[in-house]
Parts: sequence; structure tokens; C-alpha cells
Amino acid sequence: MKPSAFEYHRVRSVDEAVSLLTRLGGDAKLLAGGQSLVGMMNFRLARPSALIDISLVDALNYITSNEEGLRIGALTSHRAVERLDDPVASERFSVLPRSAHWIGHYAIRSVGTFGGSIAHADPAAEWCMLALLLDAEVVAVGPQGERVVPIGDFFTGFLQTDLAEDEMLTEVRIRTAWPHAALHEFSRRHGDFAIVAAAAAVQMSGDHCTDARIVIGGVDSTVIRVADAESVLTGATINAEAIGEAAAAAARAVDPPEDLNGSAAYRRHLTEVLVRRALDEAIAHGE
Amino acid sequence: MKYVGSRVLRHEDPRLLTGRGFFVDDETRPGQLWMRVVRSTSAHALIRSIDLTEAQESDGVLAVICGRDVELPVIPVRVSPLKDEMAPYLQPVLATERVRYVGEPVAVIVATDPYLAEDAAERVIVEYDELPVLLDAEQSAASDVQMVPGHSNEVAVLRASFGDVDASFASAEHVVEIDVTIGRQTAVPIETRGLVAEWSPDDERLDIWGATKVPHYNRRVIAAAIGLTEYQVNIHRTDAGGGFGVRGELYPEDFLVPYLALRLGRPIKWVEDRAEHLVSTNHSRDQRHLISGAFDRSGHLLGLRDEVWHGNGGYVRTHGLTVPELTITMLPGPYRLPAYEGVCHIVLTNKTPCGTYRAPGRYEGTFARERLLDIAAVQLGIDPLEIRRVNLLSAEELPMDRGLIALGTSVVLDDADYQSLLEVALVEADYSSWQNEATQLRAQGQLVGTGMAVFLEKSGLGPYETAAVEIDREGGIQVSIGGTSLGQGIETIMAQIAADELTVNIASVDVVGGETASMDDGMGSWASRSTVVGGSAVLMAARATSDLALQVAATLLEVSPEELTLRDGRVEVNGSSERAMSLGDVAAVIGNPPAGVDLGCKVLGARRKFSVEHMTYPYGVHFAQVRVDGDTGAVSVLRYFVAYEVGRAMNPMTVEGQLIGGAIQGIGGALLEELVYGPDGQPLSATLIDYLLPTAGDAPTVGTLITESHPSSSNPLGAKGAGEGGLTACGATIASAVGNAIGKVEAPTRLPLSPMRVRAMVASAAASTDHVSSAE
Repeated sequence: MKPSAFEYHRVRSVDEAVSLLTRLGGDAKLLAGGQSLVGMMNFRLARPSALIDISLVDALNYITSNEEGLRIGALTSHRAVERLDDPVASERFSVLPRSAHWIGHYAIRSVGTFGGSIAHADPAAEWCMLALLLDAEVVAVGPQGERVVPIGDFFTGFLQTDLAEDEMLTEVRIRTAWPHAALHEFSRRHGDFAIVAAAAAVQMSGDHCTDARIVIGGVDSTVIRVADAESVLTGATINAEAIGEAAAAAARAVDPPEDLNGSAAYRRHLTEVLVRRALDEAIAHGE
Repeated sequence: MKYVGSRVLRHEDPRLLTGRGFFVDDETRPGQLWMRVVRSTSAHALIRSIDLTEAQESDGVLAVICGRDVELPVIPVRVSPLKDEMAPYLQPVLATERVRYVGEPVAVIVATDPYLAEDAAERVIVEYDELPVLLDAEQSAASDVQMVPGHSNEVAVLRASFGDVDASFASAEHVVEIDVTIGRQTAVPIETRGLVAEWSPDDERLDIWGATKVPHYNRRVIAAAIGLTEYQVNIHRTDAGGGFGVRGELYPEDFLVPYLALRLGRPIKWVEDRAEHLVSTNHSRDQRHLISGAFDRSGHLLGLRDEVWHGNGGYVRTHGLTVPELTITMLPGPYRLPAYEGVCHIVLTNKTPCGTYRAPGRYEGTFARERLLDIAAVQLGIDPLEIRRVNLLSAEELPMDRGLIALGTSVVLDDADYQSLLEVALVEADYSSWQNEATQLRAQGQLVGTGMAVFLEKSGLGPYETAAVEIDREGGIQVSIGGTSLGQGIETIMAQIAADELTVNIASVDVVGGETASMDDGMGSWASRSTVVGGSAVLMAARATSDLALQVAATLLEVSPEELTLRDGRVEVNGSSERAMSLGDVAAVIGNPPAGVDLGCKVLGARRKFSVEHMTYPYGVHFAQVRVDGDTGAVSVLRYFVAYEVGRAMNPMTVEGQLIGGAIQGIGGALLEELVYGPDGQPLSATLIDYLLPTAGDAPTVGTLITESHPSSSNPLGAKGAGEGGLTACGATIASAVGNAIGKVEAPTRLPLSPMRVRAMVASAAASTDHVSSAE
């Protein structure tokens, strides 16, 4: 469990990081909190030729909010999101701080970064699920400058993203407020990767749902939106029956593989349970 | 000041808690090299070829060795009467023709640093011809595929019995038969294995660091294997981050590191990484029990039968036979039983070999037996507590020879009162209010339930332990023991015993264990024996030292020894306390006696060997209250309680620590831990992401009751061992509580009770309830 040899570079700015990425090529990896990458390197599942340590790029450690929405700098720790105390942001985007406790343990939340989690694109990652749930945009900087990628185009496969080899993720933006939102997951111990996770968000007008998002984590190669479940809710009066139907639709839509913790059928069943729980909490919250 | 029986703070803790412990990986020798083991990636295969060329050319590499390059013996069986019969099944240090599990050592690299060693290990090319993989004990026993050509995969069938079992079943009014399984688990001490060895050519001695548990046995075997005398090999004390039965036994690396140090003339270090640990260090449990009980209509147990299938992994290692033997000899537990027959099939499978893990055989057997009693109680319409009450042996029936032999000694149940402990524990835990609360919550639709189990433990295995006490001129006291510290607190316990006997402040006592130069013989630390047997040896050595001090002081003070008293570390003349000598003064005079005086000794100290014929049997009761999430199958332990009879608690605080830690570990085994294999024999629980240990955050508060009602007569301390009883009944108790919570007592038959399994039980309990109500 010792990594294979690699070069180590420490940078202080995005420009420095991008020029090194350009020079070192595709075998170089950015190191932020290292909570996923270092473990993979110790198992030699990842063998980067070089690490570019961006953890001291202080300019990327921020959370700001204004009328245009929320901006989270890539190097913001999970813990900083958990402790978000901006009154506007914490009301409109409260699902972020409320969901942070599902992520690993205190130590992991203190070191791991928001941008690192999005760029790693683990299909069970809470931030990836919520980014998809809340229609986030990802800001990527490369040698040609900055571009903004809608989250729907960002996750391209298992641990794969739309980022080019010479690009780095610098910011995640969330424009639309979803006060009725929640994330639930199930794992055998607190802090483990979710066996199944579900996030739900609804826009309500009275007891009438005008828009809905359902995202499932841990069952596919990426986090996924479940249109079949969303369409059950959109336009419907929200009650236990509608929630049950949406949960059942989500369970029908997913096709989880069997793994160490459960059969496909069990994980499909959990999907239904967790969508129901996420919707119950989403609707209750903000009322 | 009386230390024994007091909550003396652990002498070890300031060192361990402030990062000043000294573990094997802290030892670094000048000129040290690193060893890396190349392990089989195949579960069962013939080795077609091993190509070492590329590895030999790798940076920093000094040696690359495979099985054909070494002459080392196989790993012996340490404890068993069947040692000779096991010869074909023993593990070679390096595989040569065939591999039998993923993780089996096939080659080793020695390099200048651990990173380069791991780089080179990747460049060893082994070609395998795959063989059919056998993963299940019964399937393997029935298979035509022989893992050891010419020998059955069933390495032995152990039997233990008394009474007329057939007659008891023939006359029974009620027979209950169940089929239960305990998944494969392992101990996972926080410190992995490791070894450092250094050969000093000038004085022709080999120094070894990292052998914990049974250093003298390991020294004997290693010395013989590499052609040295025992006295040429010095094993040094290190701290150990837990043992739990798996750490410290002889493994391939324990031969390879000393062998390579000798052969290369350079110090060698090997530290197992966690990925290696999970495939190479002993596994355990992995049993299926087909257990049946013959009962009369009031629930009296007339006879018991158990057929056990034990999936032993690829080889018989040092303890390959120990767990099966303890399983069937301890299975009757604390119950009155006219007739019993236990049979255990020990079968090779293509998995990591098995050995002992805390409460070996008892965790499994208690699960099987207590499940049987719970289910019998339901079928007979008896309260689960009542079926235990009517079957527990009474105090008047003890001591009692079970007519069974375990670990070479007769199972003689010593003085005890199992029935009283159950009653006292019920009151102390306030179990009836746990039950009432659960009943109310179930009425509100919550799946909350309670469960309990009674168990018998064993401890204080002989045949002996050694200890020596020596006092220096400053009054400093060194206690050398044949056992070793695994972190369980024996430095403190031994110091308490010696300090009381010598009437000194405990701060003046220094306990040294695991250092072969200061104690040349010992049996080691395992089987809950350190306090019982080792502590008794310390008591005897301290008492002899005290007697010697009185005798010498009598000569010097010109009185008879009977006129002297040892008080506060001073030998005083009775009635005139100003005429006194400190123990240090006595030691000084012995070291430099007045001219012409023969004191009859050269040092103030004594060495003693405490021998014991039979084990002593502690016992206890566990209670649990759990909540089941019916939707997910998740089980939360709301309350847990362990009551335990320990004979005499040397230090109630450390006994509580043992019980609480044991309970958490046992609950992990009941709910979380399982070493799962794919159909090709690839281990799937290969990291601590997938092998789920209980974490502090998930652990319930564990209540304890320690009773000292029946001091053991096997030893002068009256102690019974406390290392395992916190864990023994956890599987049985949690299963009992889950069955109660979901309203289907008989459902939990397989450990661990993973959420998927529990969810299936809930669904099937709901389906059968629906069926009943629709039938109505």
C-alpha cells in the first residue's frame, strides 16, 4: 500500500496549476484534499506520474451568495459547507449544509474539498448528487480560459467528467433556490459510501408541485436524475400517495448491480425507501 | 495501600495515549532493508512458472527469492493432539507447486526501501494454471478435487460426547433442530503484523522485534528452522496494538524475515499493510451448525447434538484444530445435559487459513446453542428466561467433570452459581423494563425487541507460566514475566500483584514481558491466561522474594524471621519499628555482604513457575435491546449489558474495559463483519471500506456487572480470565433481540445480521402475518 513513484509540484495559483497541467500532460493529477486520490494511489489503482498540489491556492476557498445565486470555490472544504452561516444562502440552499453530515467523518469533511468531490465524480458522492439536483454549473479553467459546463453535461461516466486533461475545476454555481430539498442515504455504518442515496427537490405552490427533481446516487456509473419519478410529481398535488408513486417510479427506473452489501432487488427496494424519505423531508422542510 | 481489587490507572496509558508507545514499526536498525511479499492472485492453481528476472533488475533490490530458493520447514501446529496427522496440510513458507488461497506468499523481495520493494514485487511474473475453486466446507468435503493430492479435503473429524444421545432423542417429547451459520470474520487488531530481525555476526546472535503473544514458542521454532540455538535468538519487547488471537502466531513472514537477515547479513524489516493483513492474517468463525436438542415438555434438555462444518481455508496453521476442538467441547455451556454429541468436520477451502479469534469456538457455539434454546422456548410455549432457568446447572451440582477433553485438559466446571448470576443480572440490568418498553414500542408499530443469552467461558489454560522478581539496591523492583503485553493492561495487573505482596508503592515496580533475555521461558499471552496463570506466577515469585527478604534481614538484625514484618517496603522488627531495613537495603547487603557472613543468596529475588492442571471457567449473561428499521433492515443496538463472574477482579476498571471492548467487537461480528469471496475465490472484503468494523460512533453504551462470588480455586489469586466474555454471547444475544423485534424469533440464523438479511426476515414475517390474517 505504497504508491508508485510520482513527481510532486505545489502551486499557488490557478494559472500555475493550468500551465503545469498543460506541460505535464494527462498523467498528472491535481491534488486537493486527497481523500479519494491518495487512497487510490496507495492501492496503486491510480498511478499519476505527477501530483500538482493545489491545496494552497487560497483564492479558490470561498462561498459567496448574491441575487444570482451561490458560488462555491473548488477548494472549499466539506466542513465549510456544513457550517455555511450566510443567512440568505443557508435559507435558499440549506440542503447543502443539511446534507454534509452524510459525508465521511469529521476528519474527512475537514480536509476533503467540494470541487475535489465534483471532479472525482463518484456516483455515490453527496455533492455530485446535489449539484445535479440543484441544476448547478461547473466552471472549468484551461489554457484557453474559462468555460461554464451545465451539470447535466458534466458527469460522463464512472469517475469521468467533461473536464479536459489540461483543465481544472475552479467553481460550482447554483442559481435556482430549492428550499424544499433533502438528501437521504443508507449505509451500514455512518460515513460509509452509500449503498443507495436519494435526493429530492420540489417547487411548491400551496400543496401543488410545480417542478421536481429526483436524483439517485450509488446505483449507476454516475449520479442520475430519474425523469419518470419527477414527472409523477410535477403538476400533481403532493400527498402520501403521490410520494409513494414517485418512489415506486424511481425504483422501477434504476438498475443497480449486486454488490457486497446487497442484491439488485434489495438496492432497488432501498431506492424506493430513500426517495420516499427524501421527499418527505424535502416537503416538510421550508414549511 | 492495597492495589489488587482497586481501580488502579493503567501504567501503560500515558505512554500509549501520548504517542510514546514503541511498536515494531518504530524499530529501525542501521543498514536496514525492507522485505515485501509477493502473494498469490489466484485462489487455487498450479504454479506453471515464476519469473524473477525483471524484479531482480528493479531499483534498490538486493534479493528476490521464491520457494525453490529456500529450505525452510512448514508452519507447525502449536496446539493439538493430532499434530502428526496434520503433516500433509501444513503451510509452506513459500508456495512452490500450488497455491491454495489468494494472498499466499509465493516470493519475497528485499530492497532498500519499502516503496522500491513494492515496485519490484509488481515485476515478479507468476503464471498459474487455474484449478477448480472450493469455497464452502461441505462442497469441498464432497468434491473430487483434492487440494492436497492423495489426501481428503476433510482434514479431520473431531468428536466429543457423553451419555446416550440416541436414547435421549428417542425418549424426547419434543425435538428442535436448527441450521445456523456464522460468517467468516477476523480480528483486525489496529496494529498489523510486523517483524524486524538483525544478525550480529561477531557475537553470532539474532535479535528479533515484533513477536508478540508467544515469543518463547516462536523463538524455539524459528531458531530450529534457521539452524541456531534458542539462546542465540533474542526476542525483544515491543508494544502491541492488540492481538485478539490472530497476531503473534507463527506465519510465513516470521520465518522469512529472520532467515533473510541471516542469509543477507543485513537487518530486515517487514510491516504488513492492511490489504495484506486482510488476506494473510488468520481468519476465523466460518462455521455451519446443524444443532438439535431433545426436550421434555417442560423444556428440560435431555440431549444435544451438533454437527459442525468448519471452513478452515487453504492450510492447517498453528491453530487449525483449536477452534473446532473448542467449539464442540465448550458447546454444552453452563447447562445440565445428560447426553451430548458434537462432531466437527474440519475442511480445507480456497480461502485464507483460519486460527483463533477472541472467544474462539465459544462465540460460534454460544450462538448455535442459545438460538436453539430461544427457538425451543417458543415452540414449547415457555418464556426464554425460564428455559434457561430450568436447565442451568445449580451451584450444588458443581464442580463437575464434563467428561470432555479440551486443549489437552479435562473440562472440569469449577465452583460457580450460574443461576444466581442470571437473577442478579436481570435485576442489575433492569431487563424487565427493557422488555416492557419494547412491548409498548411494538404496540406503536416500532420494531423494538429484547434478547438475552447465557454463556460459559474458559480461561487460565496451563500448563504453566513463569515469573521472576528482583529488587535492586535502590528498592527498584523488576518483574519479568513469560507473557507479553498485547495492550490489555498486564503491565499494570502484574505490578499490582507484586506491589501488594512486597508492600511497596506500585511506582517502584517495573514489569518486563516479551523479552527473552530477561525471562527465558514462558507460555505467552492468549486464552485469557495472563492474569490467571501469569499473575499467579508473579504472586509466588513476589512472595518468595518477600520471604527471602525476611530471612536475610533476620540474619542481619539478629532476630528470627517470625519476629519480622514487611510493611511499606521495609522489614521491621515487630514491636520496634525503628529497627528496620528497606528492601533496597536488604538488596544492597546481599550484593555486598559483610565479611564472613553467608546470606545464602546472591540477589534479592526469586523465580517461580506456576503450574495448573485444569482451566477455570468464568461465565456470564448478555442482554440487548435493539431497534430494527423495517424498511432498510438496519439494526440499531439501543441498550447492551454484560454480567460476568470473574472470580476475583485484579482491577475492576480493566475488567470493565475488557467487557465493553469485547461487547463492541462482538456486536460488530453480529451485525457488520464478514469476509466475502467471489465465486472465483477472490476476496471481496479486501479493504476496511468493505470489511466493516464497528466504529465508536456506532457503538452503544455497554453496561457491565462484574461479580466476584466464586473465586477460582485453581489459582492463589482466585481469578478467572476476563479477556473474552464481553464478546462470547454477542451473536446469540443480538440475534435473539432481532428475532423478538420482528416478531419472528426463529428467523435470525445467520451472522452477521446484515441489513439485507434482516430486511428479508421482516418482509417474510410480514408476509406470514398477512397469510395468517387472510386465513382468518
